[in-house]
Amino acid sequence: MTDISHKITQIKEWLAAYDGPDISIMEVCGSHTAAISKYGISGLLSEKLHLISGPGCPVCVTPTGYIDRLIELSMESDTTIVTFGDLIRVPGRKNSLAEVKGEGARVEMVYSPMDILSLAKANPKNQYVFAAVGFETTTPVYAMLLEQLISEHITNVKLLTALKTMPEVIGWLCEHTEEIDGFLAPGHVAAVTGSDLFIPLCEKYRVPFCVAGFSAEELLLAVYGIFKAVVDDREKGLKPEVKNYYPSVVTARGNETAAGLVNRYFESCDAVWRGIGTISGSGRKLRKEFEQFDAGSDLPMEDHKKNQACRCDQILMGKALPGDCPLFGTVCTPMNPQGACMVSEEGSCHQYLMYHRTR
Amino acid sequence: MNQKGKITMAHGSGGRATNELIKEIFADEFSNPVLDAMEDAAVVSGSKNIAFTTDSFVVDPLEFPGGDIGRLSVCGTVNDLLMRGATPKYLTCGFVLQEGLELSVLRRIVHSFAETAREAGVAVVAGDTKVVEGTGGLIINTAGVGFLPEDVSISAANCRPGDAIIVSGDLGDHHAAILSHRMNINNSIVSDCAPLCEMVQSLISEGIRVHCLRDVTRGGLGTVLKELAESSGVTMAVEEGLLPVNAQVRDFCGLMGLDPLYMGNEGKLVAFVAEEDAKRACEIISNCAYGKQAAVIGSVTDEMPGSAYVKTSIGGKRVLDVLFGEGLPRIC
Repeated sequence: MTDISHKITQIKEWLAAYDGPDISIMEVCGSHTAAISKYGISGLLSEKLHLISGPGCPVCVTPTGYIDRLIELSMESDTTIVTFGDLIRVPGRKNSLAEVKGEGARVEMVYSPMDILSLAKANPKNQYVFAAVGFETTTPVYAMLLEQLISEHITNVKLLTALKTMPEVIGWLCEHTEEIDGFLAPGHVAAVTGSDLFIPLCEKYRVPFCVAGFSAEELLLAVYGIFKAVVDDREKGLKPEVKNYYPSVVTARGNETAAGLVNRYFESCDAVWRGIGTISGSGRKLRKEFEQFDAGSDLPMEDHKKNQACRCDQILMGKALPGDCPLFGTVCTPMNPQGACMVSEEGSCHQYLMYHRTR
Repeated sequence: MNQKGKITMAHGSGGRATNELIKEIFADEFSNPVLDAMEDAAVVSGSKNIAFTTDSFVVDPLEFPGGDIGRLSVCGTVNDLLMRGATPKYLTCGFVLQEGLELSVLRRIVHSFAETAREAGVAVVAGDTKVVEGTGGLIINTAGVGFLPEDVSISAANCRPGDAIIVSGDLGDHHAAILSHRMNINNSIVSDCAPLCEMVQSLISEGIRVHCLRDVTRGGLGTVLKELAESSGVTMAVEEGLLPVNAQVRDFCGLMGLDPLYMGNEGKLVAFVAEEDAKRACEIISNCAYGKQAAVIGSVTDEMPGSAYVKTSIGGKRVLDVLFGEGLPRIC
């Protein structure tokens, strides 16, 4: 047996055998939720260890009012909405971009925000609006897009922004829920921001953070790391720490070039989170001097449930599991999603249904 | 007829332009005594039991790395016949041509169709063309007949606990090739589009106890395993570490947030064979032109009838369901 497989065997034994007080860890990132399902990690845990999916899937936290505004814009003459694929089926208050596309609205799906450049150049009389959602990971790409728009003097592209930042929502969760004993911190976000981003939260709320990667081994190691950190902190009265279990990609300070680019074009703002409400300073919007690229993101943003029984809000806050929702798998399915957590492949409801997860 | 031209509505008139189109593009390529007679219906010899199937093909782009819609239309139908253990014999084709389709493209696709039919040993015995308004596209329908030996019983309901599960090669190649091409991503991924006659006929002639065969197309292996688990009332247990996936396809999937288990192929099958025959069956498939990467990936059990799961590299268990939706690439 190699060293690594020996270590993994030991980790699995510890995770399966744990019999102390219950511990709940939130994985904030949607890609971690998906990877946990994909590698079957929750099934390796003792009944006393719990993984909770947090609000880290950009599609899942986009409020209904934002979708409604995209739909309104898509109905305007000479305007085309350009978006990532998984946003297309997210329900607004009444319907989704996919539904209005069938009724003649103009919606284009792309794989990168930069794809909008060729569209805009080919049809200079048409207005293109990019549905700019995402976290710290995606915002630098929008900044690069703006650089390109400015240098190429392209004037028929705007952004409708609903950009979010992680520390504020994590802070909000720490203040509003009792359930979370530690965080599996998002590896992609930390690659951009640096793992130091989580130190103030760790110190203020006295919870440990482990930055995790995305391969089976990386994730298992970080899952073990965070559960063990909670146990050690409790038993030995240690001070919680931020640990980096993804050192091949994440540094303490992050990508300063990307941060500089983002700060040139964007500034902090309050943001509405689907099912949660407004969290102060948890968003990013275009700076005043670039407002000619804004498609009206500053207008008040409402958030209404499509179906009142939907429990996406409590699921995003870690207060309920997807299976606790009365609509899960019956009224609400990936083909007919009632809430955003069922739309995105990385949404917790979608993951729990697709992989028959119960925990 | 001007070979540099495009399809116009006149090609669908039934008159002279239609005749020219059929004569100059289709007739020689598909030539055989039954078709050459140009009767209203083909009269052909048969067998006691026949397998009979049909499929329609729509793909964008019409020509892609590793194949085109012509080759695809033959492989799809021929492979469906093979999955019941039949020997494909006859094919019909309906070409729905959109106005504006380049004749040079059509000629290449028809040639590819004919070549693939020859490779698969099937005769094109009837055909039809129609022209519709559009933007230069092409839709093809094929129907196929195969002869079924009386002692062969291969069915979706025949997987049995203990059977070995063998996949004939790398997963997701066709899907990844098409997506890469659509997204202008440069890589060397090519579609695996191929007729699987050699491997199926070799398995049967070598006396392998084949209980079930299924070609891994849309929805990918994950969907196939779940469907067959339900049809046969058994559990499909496969090991992630044994699944063959080309390194480029694996990276492409990682980048796009796609799962090779849910990516389609057009020239791969999954075979369920008696446990004792597994090693030999895998060798037979590996010796075939389109089966070089064949692997035993797991076995059929009776632990949870109707379900399928993957044992992951770290020993976790992931339950497989059919593909939901269209597998949209994720945001981050």
